[in-house]
Amino acid sequence: MTTLSASPEAAAPTAAASTLDLAGVSRWYGNVVAVNDVTMRLGPGVTGLLGPNGAGKTTLLHMMAGFLAPSRGAVTLDGEPTWRNPGVYRRLGLVSEREAVHSFLTAYEFVLASAKLHRLPDPEAAARRAIALVEMADAQDRRIGTYSKGMRQRTRVAAALVHDPQVLLLDEPFNGMDPRQRLHMMQLLHRLGDAGRTILFSSHILEEVEQVSGTVQVMVAGRLAASGDFRTIRRLMTNRPHVFAVRSTDDRALAVALMAEVSVTGVELDRAGLTVRAGDYGAFTRALPKIALAHGIRVRQLTPEDESLESVFSYLVEA
Amino acid sequence: MSTVSWITARGLFGRRRFLMLLPLPLVLVALAVLCRSLGVDPGQWGPPVLVGLGLAVVLPVVALIVGTGVLGAEIDDGTVVHILTKPLPRWQIVLPKLAVAVGVSAATVAVPLYVAGVLADSVRLGLALAAASALGALAYSALFLALSLVTRRPVLLGLVYVLIWEGLLGNFVSGTKVLSIQQWVIALADRMAPTELLSTTVSVPVAGVLTALVSVGFTVLAIDRLRSFSVAGETS
Repeated sequence: MTTLSASPEAAAPTAAASTLDLAGVSRWYGNVVAVNDVTMRLGPGVTGLLGPNGAGKTTLLHMMAGFLAPSRGAVTLDGEPTWRNPGVYRRLGLVSEREAVHSFLTAYEFVLASAKLHRLPDPEAAARRAIALVEMADAQDRRIGTYSKGMRQRTRVAAALVHDPQVLLLDEPFNGMDPRQRLHMMQLLHRLGDAGRTILFSSHILEEVEQVSGTVQVMVAGRLAASGDFRTIRRLMTNRPHVFAVRSTDDRALAVALMAEVSVTGVELDRAGLTVRAGDYGAFTRALPKIALAHGIRVRQLTPEDESLESVFSYLVEA
Repeated sequence: MSTVSWITARGLFGRRRFLMLLPLPLVLVALAVLCRSLGVDPGQWGPPVLVGLGLAVVLPVVALIVGTGVLGAEIDDGTVVHILTKPLPRWQIVLPKLAVAVGVSAATVAVPLYVAGVLADSVRLGLALAAASALGALAYSALFLALSLVTRRPVLLGLVYVLIWEGLLGNFVSGTKVLSIQQWVIALADRMAPTELLSTTVSVPVAGVLTALVSVGFTVLAIDRLRSFSVAGETS
């Protein structure tokens, strides 16, 4: 298991920054362990919670948000448990993955209701401010049922932000958004993070995290596989050995020739063809045609074998 | 009106399921009007219409639709999370929802029962039926609201209670009548307007005490269960 040193993003310090702490948190359903002994501390700035589907991200987020009791361990916000403690919602906002909104309300009514439920001193002003923050003012008087997916998502974010929480948790916030909406949401998360808010969002898509977050927590199969600076982790991922299936007019001769190539770390020969391990994806794919040409061999097939996200993540666990 | 009850009422009246409330009370009034205009003896049509249809079917079914709708529908579609992520003590969520459920059920049931009671006997019987069914609406609503927090199938379980326990077993095993909200309502109505049309084996004190116990007990249970409300994870 790789645990890189976490480097919290430099954020403008605010008076009342909040810290979300997970200490040895596990959650199981019967015999199935969904989250396994996770310890992490989230401070101001944007953090990405990254992992393939089924890694336990949503379960972890639900425990952070007080919607699930940890089977073992403790989740605390500034020292207070989040489970069975509605008081934490003064400082915490949640945008869940499930796209459920009261579709019979307008965005303004919906956000205003949230402000009133928070007992804010001036709910109308708070609702207008939150709606302006997500740039939904133009459509605020239409029923939510008539919105596009991205608009509904922004409305939900506005409702979660209406009380200006110190901590905002978002479960897969970019799902179903078009590129422009994504960019807009990312900018919003950055602004909040830079202002000293603790922002955590989950995603199963590497590129989403790359654009938003400097700090990531990577979950694989219920465990925290890596945590720290995204660029370092990304380098670890891209420098891992790549496996290719190669078929050619003369596999044996090609195998001999490939062993001389620096980027190749191993070659296996069997009836189906060659299995080539390469340390550097780019260098190998550039070198292969040249080597084949030089030896008069025709390459019939070249397929990368383990490009699924799961294999990228599980490489981290083994590293 | 609190924000919770406002959202609850908007959600209740905005759902198509709400339209299911209308036919039953209309049938009740129509039958009573028909029997009265045809000059049928109230001793003949009173018990089947007032008790058999009104108290045994219309009241519990309306209370079931509304009682499981005020919170259960929001749990089903996930919108409950928006209300739960607020720093509200959970009783401030359960009580307004219960109030909406009781108010809507009582209004929907008490008015047709009042009309039918007047047509069958007297204004006094009409008022007694209306008042007793409002108390019944309170007990049923507390029960069905709590059911929507302890099971994923509150409507099914509620129907089992109404149809099997109150409807079927009540006819064969007289002991089950003691734990039947329907029988309590009959006992209370009969106490307020003694008439031949209503009869039960349950005594009035028992009916009164149990109605209060069920109403309070299931409300407390609902508040406690909402405190520990868990969102089902993707991996579960």
